[in-house]
Amino acid sequence: MHTFEFVRPADSAAAVATAAQANTAQQGADVRFVAGGTTLLDLMKLNVETPARVIDINRLPLDKIEARPDGGVKIGATVRNADLAHHPTVQREYAVMSQAILAGASAQLRNMATTAGNLLQRTRCVYFRDTAMPCNKREPGTGCPAITGTNCTLAVLGTSEHCIATNPSDMCVAMAALEATVHVQGSKDTRAIPIGDFHLLPGSTPNRETVLEPGDLITHVTLPPPVAGSRQVYLKLRDRASYEFALASAAVVITVEAGNVTRARVALGGVGTKPWRSPEAEAALVGQPVNQANFRKAAEAALRDAKPQSQNAFKIELATRCLTHALQTATA
Amino acid sequence: MRDNPQSGSSNLTRRAFLQTTGGTAAAAVIAGYSTSGQSASPAEIAAGPKIEGAVPITLRINGKDRQLRVDPRTTLLDCIRETVALTGTKKGCDHGQCGACTVHVNGRRVNSCLSLALMHDGEEITTIEGLGTPDALHPMQAAFVACDGYQCGYCTSGQIMSAVALLKEPCGPDDADVKELMSGNICRCGAYANIVAAIQQVRKNP
Repeated sequence: MHTFEFVRPADSAAAVATAAQANTAQQGADVRFVAGGTTLLDLMKLNVETPARVIDINRLPLDKIEARPDGGVKIGATVRNADLAHHPTVQREYAVMSQAILAGASAQLRNMATTAGNLLQRTRCVYFRDTAMPCNKREPGTGCPAITGTNCTLAVLGTSEHCIATNPSDMCVAMAALEATVHVQGSKDTRAIPIGDFHLLPGSTPNRETVLEPGDLITHVTLPPPVAGSRQVYLKLRDRASYEFALASAAVVITVEAGNVTRARVALGGVGTKPWRSPEAEAALVGQPVNQANFRKAAEAALRDAKPQSQNAFKIELATRCLTHALQTATA
Repeated sequence: MRDNPQSGSSNLTRRAFLQTTGGTAAAAVIAGYSTSGQSASPAEIAAGPKIEGAVPITLRINGKDRQLRVDPRTTLLDCIRETVALTGTKKGCDHGQCGACTVHVNGRRVNSCLSLALMHDGEEITTIEGLGTPDALHPMQAAFVACDGYQCGYCTSGQIMSAVALLKEPCGPDDADVKELMSGNICRCGAYANIVAAIQQVRKNP
């Protein structure tokens, strides 16, 4: 691990001011915030991340879950994943997020990992994690060996000729289906960013994963008021029963009246280069009767633009069945 | 495999053997601190080797304040093992994948390999040495012995720290619930069935 200066700011403004001196907030940043450390320390040991300064935000007052006047909920940046998943309001009103978080990582990691850290979780692509290999995300312009190499766990949606790395988060998939908003305090202003706009597609700049700029500190995430009568399911499929990243996952928030779908929010995990909301599946569901054929049609719509690589074509059918099954489970 | 004839007839423990023969460089590093772990006084530690760029912190480890100076890169795991010389906590993968390094921070289980020691200034750390003693085992330690919840023992301290934390977490009654919440602790020997039995024994008869 490279040497670095460890900084503990007195307040958020001081944290932002220090971070604003960074060259970038994306891959290669020379200043990093640390909260849980579960992604950052892992990558610093691999020399994938080599910040000169690390800002500890754990003592900032960003660790609360609060009800909002509009009936929604405000989740602080440093709320631990375990506390979020077990919060009574979240379990009752936003069950899909509780299920998604508890489907990820281990109990130890969930005690450490935070809301903001999970939003910024990095891909598990083996080429990104190995500095002996080329990687356009880690070193722009060096190429993507995954496209001709080991890609069975990588993405089929949102890929480009420069990067096919999967976003590994479960929490973010649930947040996409719940239409969360990410709140950022920057050096000039504060911003509210819809979760769908927060992560970027790789395109020709896979080193840029989010819209964050130097100095931007995620302070909290808000969820809109719960949808009355909605049913929620997170279904995760993986190579082993626990403690593994998704090969395909689906987050479903669906409302049914008189046997017809009146509202649907659908997002996929494990198959996209970002948490993958599917307006195509949602449009295919709304107004249709609840039955397996319609669910299958909606799932096929979600995967219509999927592009398989040499080893991961199975993910298209797996994700289709995953979403179909999640919709059946939610409406059963 | 046959026993090593050189160690077969001796009562020497592995740790004592390493401490007396483990090379002058390692001995010199350890000499500044204490090789007996629990008995190291803050004064002894403060008098340890000077590390360039080291930062002073206080960790309350197993109920005892430790005033330390650590390189900012030092993980909580390396601090516990190398700086404080409490070697019950193990380093397996060093990347948060195996759980051998599990300790409690303020009563909650964490992977100490993915955390910087500096992040825990002033916090309460519990390691396997803080759970029980050979004469008065923690009920979970006793259950692991009774149920044979290990073979080589390398993952065991992490397993036990995880299991003790699990007792205070939301966990359903079934073996499957225990397995799910213990999935962050890998046992290469495959003692899982007995580990689950040990945990269930303590949950039923705490």
